[in-house]
Amino acid sequence: MRNDGKKQLLGKGERTFNISMNIIGVLISLLCLYPIIYVLSASFSKPLFVENGTVVLWPVGLTLDSYKEAFAKEGLWTAYGNTLFYTLFGVAVNMLFTTTMAYALSKKRLVARKFFTLFTVFTMWFNAGIIPLYMTFRDYGMLDTRSAILFGFAVNTYNLIILKSFFEQVPSSMEEAAFIDGASNFTIFTRIYLPLSKPALATVGLFYAVNRWNSYFWAMNLLTSDSKLPLQVLLKKLIVDRVANETEAAIVTASSTSSPTTVIYAIIIIAVIPMLVAYPFIQKYFKAGLTIGADKG
Amino acid sequence: MIGKKESVFHRIAKDWDLYLLLLPGFVWFLMFCYKPMVGLRTAFYDYNVFKGFKGSEFVGFANFKEFMGGPDFLRTVGNTLMIALYQMLICFPIPIVLAIAITEMRSKFVKKLTQTATFLPYFISVVVVCGMVMNFLSPSTGIVNLIRKQFGMDPIYFMVKPEYFRMIYTTMTLWQTAGFNAIVYIAALMGIDPQLYEAAIIDGAGKWKRIIHITLPSIIPTIVTMFVMNIGKMVKVGYESILLLYNPSTYPVADVISTYAFRVGIENGNYGLATAAGLFEALVALVLVTVANHISRKLTETSLW
Repeated sequence: MRNDGKKQLLGKGERTFNISMNIIGVLISLLCLYPIIYVLSASFSKPLFVENGTVVLWPVGLTLDSYKEAFAKEGLWTAYGNTLFYTLFGVAVNMLFTTTMAYALSKKRLVARKFFTLFTVFTMWFNAGIIPLYMTFRDYGMLDTRSAILFGFAVNTYNLIILKSFFEQVPSSMEEAAFIDGASNFTIFTRIYLPLSKPALATVGLFYAVNRWNSYFWAMNLLTSDSKLPLQVLLKKLIVDRVANETEAAIVTASSTSSPTTVIYAIIIIAVIPMLVAYPFIQKYFKAGLTIGADKG
Repeated sequence: MIGKKESVFHRIAKDWDLYLLLLPGFVWFLMFCYKPMVGLRTAFYDYNVFKGFKGSEFVGFANFKEFMGGPDFLRTVGNTLMIALYQMLICFPIPIVLAIAITEMRSKFVKKLTQTATFLPYFISVVVVCGMVMNFLSPSTGIVNLIRKQFGMDPIYFMVKPEYFRMIYTTMTLWQTAGFNAIVYIAALMGIDPQLYEAAIIDGAGKWKRIIHITLPSIIPTIVTMFVMNIGKMVKVGYESILLLYNPSTYPVADVISTYAFRVGIENGNYGLATAAGLFEALVALVLVTVANHISRKLTETSLW
C-alpha cells in the first residue's frame, strides 16, 4: 500500500537511496556472517593454509582431520551429553515453575496480586550478586550437584512477565464458562490456557533453551567434577584458556592435516551446529516473543 | 463476580488451587533471589568461609571502606563507567539505525537476509564468541594479523594491549546484540501509520526529512523504554565475557566492579569485600534505573512503573 502510493512519485534521488539501502544490507549481512564463514572454512582446511593466511573465505586443502581430532578430545562427548541433559530437563523445570506462577499472577482476583508482582519484578532491578548467590548454593548443599543447575535458575523474571501478559490477553469469557461447568482453576489452566498459549510457550521455551545451551558462568563456579560439566565450560578450557596461555607453539608443516588452531575451529563448529540447525525455528518464535515483551505493562 | 464484602479468607479458600499454582514460583524466588539478599550481610563481616557468620567478626562498614578507599575503586568504577559509556554511545543507537535501514530496504530478499544475518550472532554463546575473538586476534595464527602480515605490517598482540581492549569488547558486543536489539524497533516501525508518510510525500518531503520528522518521533517511546530497561544492565556490563577476554595486562582498562568482585570473592575467598563491592554496584544500578525512569516519565510520559 505504502509502495503503490510512492511509485509514481519516486524521484531519481529516491531510487538511488533504495538501491544503496539494498547494497548496504548485503554488506552488513556479509560482515555479520564472515566470522562464522571463516571458522567453518578454516576448520575444513589444512593448517598450513590457515596459518599462512591463504584461507580467507573458502577452505583450502580440504581435510576432515581437524574434526577427527576434535571428536577425540577427552570429555567432549560427556560434556555434550551433559548440556543436552541440562537443556532438556532444565527447560522442563523452567516451564513448570514459570507457567504456573505466570498464570496465577495473571488473574486479577488473586489476593495481594500487586505485592506478588512487585515481589518478582523487583529482582529485575536489584539482585544480591555473585557471592551471596554462591553462598546460598553452598548453604543448601547444592555445590557440585546437577540440581543446582536445574533448579537454581528455574525462573527468569523477564520470561515470567512475557507469559503473564500473554495469559492476561486470553478472553475471560472462556474461563467464566468453564467455571459455570464446575471446572477448577487447575483444570482451566491445563485444559484451556496452556493449549491456547502454544506460541507463547514455544517462544519462552526457546528463550530458556538457548540460555541453557549457551550459559557457562554458574556451571563453571558451581560444578567441580568433570563428569558433570556442560559443553560451554569445557569449551572455555579448550578454546579460551588455551589461547590465553598461548604456550603450545605448534609446528605446522605442509603435510600437517590438523593443528591446535584448526582443531579449535572444528570444536567451535561442533558447538554451534545445534544452534544453527534450530535457527529458523528460533528466529520465528523469538521475534514474536520480543514484541510481546516490548509492550508489557 | 466477586462481591465487595467477601472476606480475604473466603476469596483465598474459593481459589485455593490458584494459590497452589503460585506456590512453586514463590518459593523459588524466596530461595534463590531473596535468601541471597539476606546473605548481603556478608558485606558487613570479616567473613570466614570455614567458621560461617557465628565465627566471623562483625566489622560494620570496614569492607566498604576498604573497597572505596583502595586503589581498585577508582579503577573499577572508572572502567565500568567507560565501558557503559561505549555501550551507550555505540551498542545502543546502532540497532535503531539498523532497524530503520532494514525497514527502508525495498528488496524483500535483502531485508530478510539482513535480519537473519544480524540476528544470528546472538545465539552463539559468549564462550564461543570470546574464543573466536581471541583466535582471530592471535599474533601468530589469527586472521587479523595474517592479513596485516600480507600488507607488510608487524603483527600486534591485541589481547595484551590495553589500548585495544574497549574497542574489541564493544565491537564484539555490537556484533552479538545489534540484530537482536533491532527487532523491538522494527516492530515499532511497522506500527507507524502509512498515511503519515503519504501525506509527507504529497507535501514534498524527501526520504531524510521523512525519517527525521516521522520515523524517529514515532519510535521515541520505544527508544526511551529500551533505554530505561537497559541502563541497569549497562552498569553491570557483560562481566561474563570480560572475564573470558581480560588478563592481568589489560586489567587497567578491563577490570570492572563485577570482575573485581568475582576475583576477590570466588578466587581469593574474601567474601566480605567481594559482597561489599557487589552491593555497591547493585545499588548504583538500582539508583540509575530509578532516576532514568523518573526522567523518562517527566519527559515523554513513558515509564516502566
